[in-house]
Amino acid sequence: MTTGTKYKTAPLKCWQKGKELRLEAYRDLATGHEQGKLLVLGCAATPYGMLAGLGDFVFLAGEPYGASVAADPPVSIPAMETYEAKGYARDMCGYMRNFLGTMFQDKYYFTGGPFPKFDFAWSVRHCPAGHPKWHQIVSEYQGIPMNYIDDETMLAIDGDQEARIEYVAGQYLDSIEWMEKITKRKYDDEKGIEAMRNYFINEALWGEINLLNGAIPAPIDIKSMFALMPISMLRRHEKVAIEFLTELRDELKDRIGSNIAAVPNERYRMCMLTPPPWSFLKVFRYLENFGVVFVGTYVYLINSGEVKFLYDEGKVVPATPPEKRPGWKTMKNREDLCRTVARWRAEHPFQSHLDTRKKEYVIMFKHWKANAYLLLINRGCVPMTTSMYDFQRDLNKQGIPTAMFEGNFADCRDIDETGVLDRLETFLEGQGIQKIQEI
Amino acid sequence: MITAGIDVGAKMIKVVIVKDNKIVARSINPTGFEPVETAEKTLGEAIKQAGITRKDVNKIFTTGAGRKAIPFADNNVTEVTADAKGTSYLFPSVRTIVDIGAEEARGISSDASGKVLDFSKNDKCAAGAGAFVESMSRALEVTVPLLIEISHKSTKEAPINATCAVFAESEVVSLIHSKIEKADIAHAVHDAIASRVSSMVRRIPIEKDVALIGGVANNTAIVEAMKKHLGVEIKVPEKPEYVSALGAALLAAA
Repeated sequence: MTTGTKYKTAPLKCWQKGKELRLEAYRDLATGHEQGKLLVLGCAATPYGMLAGLGDFVFLAGEPYGASVAADPPVSIPAMETYEAKGYARDMCGYMRNFLGTMFQDKYYFTGGPFPKFDFAWSVRHCPAGHPKWHQIVSEYQGIPMNYIDDETMLAIDGDQEARIEYVAGQYLDSIEWMEKITKRKYDDEKGIEAMRNYFINEALWGEINLLNGAIPAPIDIKSMFALMPISMLRRHEKVAIEFLTELRDELKDRIGSNIAAVPNERYRMCMLTPPPWSFLKVFRYLENFGVVFVGTYVYLINSGEVKFLYDEGKVVPATPPEKRPGWKTMKNREDLCRTVARWRAEHPFQSHLDTRKKEYVIMFKHWKANAYLLLINRGCVPMTTSMYDFQRDLNKQGIPTAMFEGNFADCRDIDETGVLDRLETFLEGQGIQKIQEI
Repeated sequence: MITAGIDVGAKMIKVVIVKDNKIVARSINPTGFEPVETAEKTLGEAIKQAGITRKDVNKIFTTGAGRKAIPFADNNVTEVTADAKGTSYLFPSVRTIVDIGAEEARGISSDASGKVLDFSKNDKCAAGAGAFVESMSRALEVTVPLLIEISHKSTKEAPINATCAVFAESEVVSLIHSKIEKADIAHAVHDAIASRVSSMVRRIPIEKDVALIGGVANNTAIVEAMKKHLGVEIKVPEKPEYVSALGAALLAAA
């Protein structure tokens, strides 16, 4: 059995810094109130940079927090059992179950101390799997106000898009008034605008970092990307995130220039559409035994990242921050801010219709120079499973091989690890890929 | 060259010995709780049947759910790869293989050389596998051979959902309470399995010829139901439970 090593490899130089920045964000949530910061809860897709108009804040996106708990079964299982003992259903969002479980236990995962009490919940209502219900439960349990932006209307493909943008921008304006009222703080337009500028830049940087994995060999593997992603997910509004993501991007460019690989025996490249099963990330390391490198997942390309798809050319390129795009205004006041955010979200690939997504999946497959997609039928997330068989059929029709497995991204009790590995080995065997080394 | 294929299945361990591309021996035993010992014993029986010694066996490949647990094997291959190889040896014209074992069902699309082009498998569910037939025969208080026999005598359709083996058992009990004939319930059980397996197999391209392999292919009621649901003729090899082991033995010789 050979090692199959083809490329040199090296650890990421900015790895430790990334880990510290990630932990800092989560720890800040435990001490935020002591520092005079607002603690706000919402979905990861929320343009939370806008909150900066109220002063310093810490935003907890429930999804990455739920994923962190889910990745740690000795914590996750008792948390979910606590959630279930309250009478909530087991087939709800997996992230929500982990989040609410630790809230009911009053155990904040990153410190082991009390669960943070939020000042309010403010979010876009992008997820039909029950995120508004999730935040409603927190709102009732902690006695905090909540406000939701109905921007799912952006998903419509026909009709008057301009009217929809006005409708959503109006909601952002109303929500700023609502925030001023409940926090008794005056909203500073300049600070809100500045933080959202950072947010847009960070989205574009994270998107660009994802695109760099089109290089052969891939300079970074998906597991490392998952570890660094919370910086773009939770700190998008901060300059420190811009600095870090710029450093990471430049380091990846250097690695590409020096032919430094994430996986030294890379010989088969796979990508995903969805998040991974968080309790089973070792699957990626295991598949390195076969020379498989995972180069990216579509969902985190467009959730906390932004790219521009050139559909007619079948290409994808880094995104430009909105104010630098032709025909976009420079933000000068809160009306500009709200309208820019509404229009930006309307045109963001995050809002792509399912038929457009199919094109984007193929473009990404080609950009990443992948050999196959790994698809997850996710019992823990309805929206991310919707149309999966349709996507598979469509990809296969275009000659793209797919391996599919069933499981749960946030409930380790609901994934048959041996069965999944067996299925993946079967798939790889069919692709002519045998195990080449034991790691 | 003499090679052995060992299929370490969830319920049975099967061994096939191939000499110069010809099957020379087969052996089978219940897997039990000591698969390594059972595999040794089953291999020993096959070797004896072939009239050779262990030293004469050049290579041993394993397949099946417990394929990695056999320390004396030279290598292992997945069931899907073994199925495709074994079936192409028996029926070179087959392009779609349906394998129904004790606890798993698979649909495989393959080419003339026995290379896998695509596959689908059932997930954690017994409703589309052989264990379901056994469970239903217990519910009806008949042996599996009798369940098959009476199924062919059915005259009426009776519905069973079979989305879940546990719930299906309660459906069978309800049918018994509704005074539905055992023959019709037996037929419904087979029909439900075939319906579930067929819908899974349709995820891959179904091209003629189609073969049904695995231990459940010995069940003639399932074969009939599969023909109905897939709408095609189905080839069933002699001793279909040995096809995976055969494929492993052939791959060992390759």
